[in-house]
Amino acid sequence: MPKIINLPLTEQDITGLRAGDNVLLNGVLYVARDTAHERIVEALAKGETLPFEIKGQMIYYMGPAPTKLGNIIGSAGPTSSYRMDIYTLPLMEAGLRGMIGKGQRTQTILDALKKYNAIYFAAIGGAGALISKSIRKVEIIAYEDLGTEAVRKLEVENFPVTVINDIYGGDLYREGKAKYKNSTK
Amino acid sequence: MREIDAKEVIKTTTRLFIDANYNLTEDVLAALKKAQGSEESPAGKEVLAQIIKNADIAAKEQVALCQDCGTAVVFVELGQEVHIVAGDLYTAINEGVRQAYENGYLRKSMVMQPFSDRVNTKDNTPAIIYTDVVPGNKLKIIVMPKGGGAENMSRLIMLTPSAGRQGIIENVLKAVDEAGSNPCPPIIIGIGIGGTAEKTMMLAKKALLRKTGEHNADKEVMELEIELLQKVNELGIGPMGYGGRTTALAVNIDVFPSHIASMPLAVNINCHSSRHKEAVI
Repeated sequence: MPKIINLPLTEQDITGLRAGDNVLLNGVLYVARDTAHERIVEALAKGETLPFEIKGQMIYYMGPAPTKLGNIIGSAGPTSSYRMDIYTLPLMEAGLRGMIGKGQRTQTILDALKKYNAIYFAAIGGAGALISKSIRKVEIIAYEDLGTEAVRKLEVENFPVTVINDIYGGDLYREGKAKYKNSTK
Repeated sequence: MREIDAKEVIKTTTRLFIDANYNLTEDVLAALKKAQGSEESPAGKEVLAQIIKNADIAAKEQVALCQDCGTAVVFVELGQEVHIVAGDLYTAINEGVRQAYENGYLRKSMVMQPFSDRVNTKDNTPAIIYTDVVPGNKLKIIVMPKGGGAENMSRLIMLTPSAGRQGIIENVLKAVDEAGSNPCPPIIIGIGIGGTAEKTMMLAKKALLRKTGEHNADKEVMELEIELLQKVNELGIGPMGYGGRTTALAVNIDVFPSHIASMPLAVNINCHSSRHKEAVI
């Protein structure tokens, strides 16, 4: 059974999560991908006001498809996380507690998860139509000129994710692969 | 000469791109369902169930399977007895892409000047168009919306003859292993062997158009496909990289003669949302 977590993440939530856990998230997520990250990190370095208070929050790496009339959002699955690795440390220093994306992170990020007590989740890539069903509200809050890459605030209900990297060094990609490697019957 | 109106090209291109983005092809869906039955990893099985459910929602509600509606890759087979009238072919294809991405609520992902300002072109053009001139008086249009995540995992390796068959196996396994969960497994692997650098990349890309489950007609190539698929699935990456037996649904190889000094190898990966549709005018 998946764990149900109400956002923002608490210390207790984070210490209780292990790589491989399935989780349903409820509450607010902030959406940012490549160019938005570049801008946020630049703003952070200049001491400017950020599009949202990062402390304690979670970022979802995503750029949605356009919204069809009558729907809340278009297809809305995760994008590859490694492209955001280069921008992630300053955000974690500023208090970012969680990230949702897909794919492996660098060791630097995995070490930082332990240091800053943060979690890396994955959503299922290519399941954007299904994932959009758990998004209740969407609002563009910054960098509207970026179109699909603009920063959005989402309200989600039972948003399905899986813990990839926890604060104990657990790594679902590594562990899952090791379990099934070279053992085809 | 048979005349084909450019408007027909626009209409067909639009229809195909929308269809490809909403409706997963039957062969890929069948392969996913088969994998769901055989996958031993519970996490992998669950991922496959969600992917199948996603395809069902996209088809029923006529929405994009994935938010990454891809680069608009188009393969044209132009019969040499065809004369396009009332417009030119490439302008018509680009207009078809524009209308599909606008009217179909598909994400526009193309940016101008890739290394500097990266401003979105706002209509997903330009399409990337490849044309083969063939005998006959028909026009075949094949569309392939190609997602960025899987495309970023492409490899071109200029192997030399001594690398042999084993060199190909090792390098393909390395490419798939390094890609890991990034290209959204279970993947479809297109492989080109031979030709020149750009020719082999084209072979690999076009190999992705093959029906999942079908093999190369050449026995030796087919055996390599089967062996590679088994070895890739022994890597353990599994659906979305959560661990499992289903890392790839298919390995499709195409070969071409090459220079005495060369044995180029290309790997082009497609995600599980392997989208392509075609029509003949």
